[in-house]
Amino acid sequence: MDFSRLGLSAATLASAVPAVRVPVGSGQLVPACRVAHEQGAHLVALWASDERDRVGGTLVRVALQDASGLAVLEVAVPDLPDARYGDVSAVFPAAARMQRAAFDLVGVASEADDQRPWAWMASWPIDRYPLRRDFEASPKWEPGQEDYEFVRVAGDGVHEIPVGPVHAGIIEPGHFRFQIVGEKVLRLEERLCYTHKGIEKRFESMALADGCRLAGRVSGDSTVAYAWAYSQALEALAGLAVPPRALWLRALALERERIANHLGDLGYLGNDGGFAFGLAQFSRLREEVVRTNLAAFGHRLMMDLVVPGGVARDLDRDHAAAMVDEAKRVAAEVATLRGIYDEHDGLQDRFRTCGRVTPELAARLGLVGMAARASGQARDLRCDFAAAPWDALAVRKAGATGGDVAARVAVRFDELAESLRLVRSIVDHLPEGDVRTPVPDVPPHRLGLGYVEGWRGPVLVALEAGPGGTIRRCHPHDPSWANWPVLEHAVIGNIVPDFPLINKSFNLSYSGQDL
Amino acid sequence: MLRILRQIAKTGMRTEAPPAPADEMAKAARLQADVLRTLGRALAIRQVDAGSCNGCELEIHALGNPYYNIEGMGIRFVASPRHADMLLVTGPVSKHMAIALRRTYDATPEPKLVVAVGDCGCTGGIFGESYATLGRVSSVIPVDAEVPGCPPTPTALLQGILAAITARVAVAGDGESATPPPT
Ligand code: SF4
Repeated sequence: MDFSRLGLSAATLASAVPAVRVPVGSGQLVPACRVAHEQGAHLVALWASDERDRVGGTLVRVALQDASGLAVLEVAVPDLPDARYGDVSAVFPAAARMQRAAFDLVGVASEADDQRPWAWMASWPIDRYPLRRDFEASPKWEPGQEDYEFVRVAGDGVHEIPVGPVHAGIIEPGHFRFQIVGEKVLRLEERLCYTHKGIEKRFESMALADGCRLAGRVSGDSTVAYAWAYSQALEALAGLAVPPRALWLRALALERERIANHLGDLGYLGNDGGFAFGLAQFSRLREEVVRTNLAAFGHRLMMDLVVPGGVARDLDRDHAAAMVDEAKRVAAEVATLRGIYDEHDGLQDRFRTCGRVTPELAARLGLVGMAARASGQARDLRCDFAAAPWDALAVRKAGATGGDVAARVAVRFDELAESLRLVRSIVDHLPEGDVRTPVPDVPPHRLGLGYVEGWRGPVLVALEAGPGGTIRRCHPHDPSWANWPVLEHAVIGNIVPDFPLINKSFNLSYSGQDL
Repeated sequence: MLRILRQIAKTGMRTEAPPAPADEMAKAARLQADVLRTLGRALAIRQVDAGSCNGCELEIHALGNPYYNIEGMGIRFVASPRHADMLLVTGPVSKHMAIALRRTYDATPEPKLVVAVGDCGCTGGIFGESYATLGRVSSVIPVDAEVPGCPPTPTALLQGILAAITARVAVAGDGESATPPPT
């Protein structure tokens, strides 16, 4: 991204993908976003940090991505009651909730019209900001209940259906407010953050080395992606090169995580489409894959396998061979199942045109990851910034333009097949050598970035060390932040009974966005 | 005693016998027999995620796959607390979920069982107690059994569910056989 037009200069950031830091004055934030937008950039994350002890105010950071890499705009907001920073959501709509959360947690307000709370739900006083360094929680604060102002649609025959936070199935909690006419959805409004558990604050009480375990529990279904992104950030700060074998094993784990999640979701998508047979088949395959994880790495979901400096456990020959056999067998079975799904008229009727996000809408709203690839946004970190081992693996990027459930199902099938190919290729070309190297001390007060293409989409970890191996600030950012608001659009005009199917086709993380 | 529910006698799923490690399969089969013997009928479970990272939910989902075949064991997940015998609760209880959890508990008819799932459900886990969480499930509602693990395996979940049922049946059995106190 080139900001020279605005007279801004960029400094290189410690990062896993090419990244720069761009300090901006308060009046330059939105113009800089516009310049980036014109160059095809999209929003990755927005977060704030209490820096009153260092720069006398709050630092708001806006991470943007284009084909050249990441740019992190940094604006210092003075510690004054009326101080505001520019409304980034005017350029990148996905920023809206991030800005609201930044206010709830750090007490820094944007100029946006929508100033409703997002992370705050009346469980702590509204004028206390948990991520301020002088924040102290009181045991007297009781869980509260907010009176959230949902947007209402007026009109004849408009009904409102509130759903959640506790849902009917085995699903994470969140609240959905549907406005419907007849069976058709006019509007959906999500109220998330029910699983807000103070993850960012918790990081600040942990040692740098231990933070990886917490990162691996931001969204359990993406534990490998998060642990890797966290490790990347720390390793970038330390200037540490990880042994090649460790990088390849991380990639193996990441692809196995992708395989397990796509298998699980393809089963449920079949089930939600009225085809229980699909669930039985895919859930059986998923179980076999996670059992192999257990045998090879000691954990079904591979939690705590990726650690700063490498991986916690090497892969032995027998388990490597078992993974190759399994990948061949699963690939054959999935190919058969795909044929069955494709030929099943009832299923295809449910999938086609359902929950459509056109490529134009996806680009405008900033959809990311697997769902974006199903809506014509051909971005995949494994291909676009192919550092080792991806450069040697030549990942084939999946893509579709339909943007409906059918397109997301097709992309999942393609990615599943590709990941199964990658498992074989990784095992076949696994370099010999160490799998872990000690992490040297890192300097405090520098920002390090990790950025990994998880199964759902890119996971960002922004990490800053404090003195003596502590964490000063860590912001883990889930792709679900960007995609939840798009789901609200995807359901418009669909019938209410199709919501579970549409929702599952995205399968967004609550915990990952609630933090 | 628990409410009488219809017994599910479901035939096997349309899958071949899965090539599983023998001890896992044997364990699962034993548990299945135990559940049916202990309860003699279906158990209705309402799952509540009170703030988990979703890792525990993945393993609860796995209970439905053909390897564990929880439905075949006479255990089903129900959509309303009013139809539930048992709450299966994950997470450190986030403060934002505390009221919803309490309400779900209150809406579940007596006698009810609560199983706290995962290190987070048992102790607060890595998230602990903070401005945002109340930690363990038992800090919000009474808990009958705990299943540690991060996340617990499906087999551990089945064992925990069974332990809760067995304990309850034992208590109820004692109560029924006890001689009424002299008046
Ligand atoms: S016990 Fe582990 S898997 Fe379960 S919610 Fe807690 S961190 Fe996640």
